[in-house]
Amino acid sequence: MEKELRLMKGNEAVAEAAIRAGVDGYFGYPITPQTEIIEYLMEANPAETTGMVVLQAESEIAAINMVYGGAACGKKVMTSSSSPGISLKQEGITYIAGAELPCLIVNVVRGGPGLGTIQPAQSDYFQATKGGGHGDYHLIVLAPASVQEMADFVDLSFELAFKYRNPVMMLSDGAIGQMMEKVYLSPQKERSKTIPEWATTGKPSTRERNIITSLDLDPNRQELFNRKLLAKYDEIREKEVRFEEFQCEDAEYILVAYGTSARVCQKSVQLAREQGIKAGLLRPITLFPFPTKRINELAGKVKGMLSVEMSAGQMVEDVLLSVNGKVPVYHFGRMGGIVTTPEEVVESLKSKLIGD
Amino acid sequence: MVEFSGIKEIIKPENLVYKKTRIMTENILSYCPGCGHGTAHRILAEIIDEEGLQSEAIGVSPVGCSVFMYNYLDIDWQEAAHGRAPAVATAIKRLLPDKFVFTYQGDGDLAAIGTAETIHSCNRGENILIIFINNGIYGMTGGQMAPTTLPGMKSSTSPYGRDVKTMGYPLKITDIVATLPGSYYVTRQSVHTAANVKKTKKAIRKAVHYQKLNKGTCLIEIVSNCPSGWKMTPVQSNKWMEENMFPYYPLGDLKTPQE
Ligand SMILES: Cc1ncc(C[n+]2csc(CCOP(=O)(O)OP(=O)(O)O)c2C)c(N)n1
Ligand code: SF4
Ligand SMILES: [Mg+2]
Repeated sequence: MEKELRLMKGNEAVAEAAIRAGVDGYFGYPITPQTEIIEYLMEANPAETTGMVVLQAESEIAAINMVYGGAACGKKVMTSSSSPGISLKQEGITYIAGAELPCLIVNVVRGGPGLGTIQPAQSDYFQATKGGGHGDYHLIVLAPASVQEMADFVDLSFELAFKYRNPVMMLSDGAIGQMMEKVYLSPQKERSKTIPEWATTGKPSTRERNIITSLDLDPNRQELFNRKLLAKYDEIREKEVRFEEFQCEDAEYILVAYGTSARVCQKSVQLAREQGIKAGLLRPITLFPFPTKRINELAGKVKGMLSVEMSAGQMVEDVLLSVNGKVPVYHFGRMGGIVTTPEEVVESLKSKLIGD
Repeated sequence: MVEFSGIKEIIKPENLVYKKTRIMTENILSYCPGCGHGTAHRILAEIIDEEGLQSEAIGVSPVGCSVFMYNYLDIDWQEAAHGRAPAVATAIKRLLPDKFVFTYQGDGDLAAIGTAETIHSCNRGENILIIFINNGIYGMTGGQMAPTTLPGMKSSTSPYGRDVKTMGYPLKITDIVATLPGSYYVTRQSVHTAANVKKTKKAIRKAVHYQKLNKGTCLIEIVSNCPSGWKMTPVQSNKWMEENMFPYYPLGDLKTPQE
C-alpha cells in the first residue's frame, strides 16, 4: 500500500506512527516539549479504531510501571516524556531491562539539570546510553534527526525491542519534536495477535506458569543473568549499529553529531568545504550500540574529530573511546536550550583542530 | 489398638479433612511461623481453584515479605517495583480485560511509597482487586515504622514508640479509598481465626464476582500480624492485634455495593 504524505510535528508523527504500527497501549503524563504526543492520541481516540489503549497516568512513575505491566503481557506498549519525566521513570526502566521486557520510551529532550528549560537539548545522552537507572543494563537508543525518522523509528523500535526483549529509547529533542516537516506515513498495521511464550496472560494447563521478575537473591544465578545480559548487549553491538556518513570519503576532519546537531553539522560541512576545509559528518543513528568500529576506522584516515552536541560534552567520551588516541578529539556544544549554528561549528573546528 | 503401620490404611480420600490446595505450589513458604501472609495466600489460592480462575488469573506481587508470592501460587505473575503494583495491574487489566487481575501488597508498599498509585487506580475505578496486608510495620526490611504503625508502637525506627507529633498519625488509607467514586467494594478483614478466615474468603469471592461484572476497584484490607517485627510469639501477636490494631482498624465493610 502507498504511504500517506502529511505535514506534521515530530511529536504528532510519533503518535500517528504508533497507531499505525498497531501499538497496543500508550501511557503518558504531560510535559513540554512532548505533550502533543498524548494530546494527539487522545484526540485520535484509537480505542475506537485499532483498540489501542491510551491512558493519562498520575505520574511518569505510574506511566512507566503501566508500560511494565503491559509489556509483561506481551503487548506492544510505549510511553513518552521529556528529561525531568524520564528521570522519574528510571526505576521503572531498570526493572523493565532487568525483567527483559520489550517497550518503547520516547525522550523529547529539554535542557537541564533540574527543571531546566523547555528548549531543546541533548544533555540526556549519558542517562540514555549508560544506563540511567541502577544496575548493569543498556537500552537500545535510537536518535532520530527528522520528523520522518521520529515516525519510522516507532516500528523499528518495536522490532528491535521484541527481537532482543529489551527496552528501546527514542532519544529525540525539543527541536525535532516541535518542528513541522513532511512525513510519509506507513499504512495501518493490524495489532498483533501473537503472544510471546514468556508473556503473562493467564496460565493455561498446557504450560508452566510465567513469572516476570527482575529479582534473584542467589548471587551465582544473578551473575549468570548479568552475563546473559552482557551477551545480549554484545550481540546488539555486533548486529544493530546504524549510522549515516556525509562527505566522509575524502574528509580530513570529521564532525560526529546526532539528532538536531547532525542537521546543523550537515550545513557546517558545506560551509567548511566552501572555505577549503575537507570536513565530513558521521551521524550515529544508534547511540547504543555506538558506531565505535566505523569511527575508529575513520580515525585512521583523518586529522581529527569534533563531537558536536547540545550538551556540555557527553557523546564526546564515546568518540574518544572509539578513536582510541589515533587523532585529536574535541567537543563543541551549546547548552541551556540553545541550538548550535553551523557557523559556530566551523569556527570551533578551525580553532580547536586546524589552528589559524 | 491400631498399630503404627496402620496409619497408611487411614490415609484414604474419605478420611481427608484438610489438604494443600491445588493452586499452592510445592515451594516452602518463606514466612516466619505464625505470620498471616501464608494464611492469606492459601485463601486466595482456594478461591482461584474453586472459581476456576487458574487460566484467568494474573497476580502482581509487591516489594515486601510477600515479594516471592509468585513462587507459591501456580498462576501467571508479575513482580512490581515497590509501591507500583496498582499501576502495573492497571495496564494488565486494560490490555487483557477478560482476565482476573489482582495485586497483593503490604502497608509500606500500598500506603507509603505507593500511595499515589493506590489512590489513583482506585479513583479511576480500575477493574482490579487489591489485597492489602496491613501488619502495621515494614516486615521485610526488619521492622521499621510503617504509615500504619500505631501511636506509641515501637519499631526499629520508632524505638521510643511512634510519636505522632513528629512522626505523623497512622494512615487509614482504606477509609480514604472507600470515599472514592471509583472504588466499588471496600472491606477490612483478618485471617487470625477460622471464623475470620471464612469471612475474608467470602470477601475475596465477592470481589472476584464484581470484577467479572466490571464494577470498579475492590480493595480488601487484611489486618494481620508480624510476630517477628512486633517481637512477639505468634499467639501473643494475635492477641495484641485484637487488643490494639482492631480498635484503630475496625473490621467490617467500609463500602458495599447497593444491590
Ligand atoms: C524503592 C525501594 N525502596 C525501599 C525498598 C526496601 N523495602 C523493601 S520491602 C520494604 C517495606 C515493606 O513493608 P510492607 O509493604 O509493609 O510489607 P511487609 O514486609 O510488612 O509485608 C522496603 C522499605 C525497596 N525494595 N525499594
Ligand atoms: S517479618 Fe513479619 S510479615 Fe514478614 S514473614 Fe516474618 S512475620 Fe511475616
Ligand atoms: Mg507491612
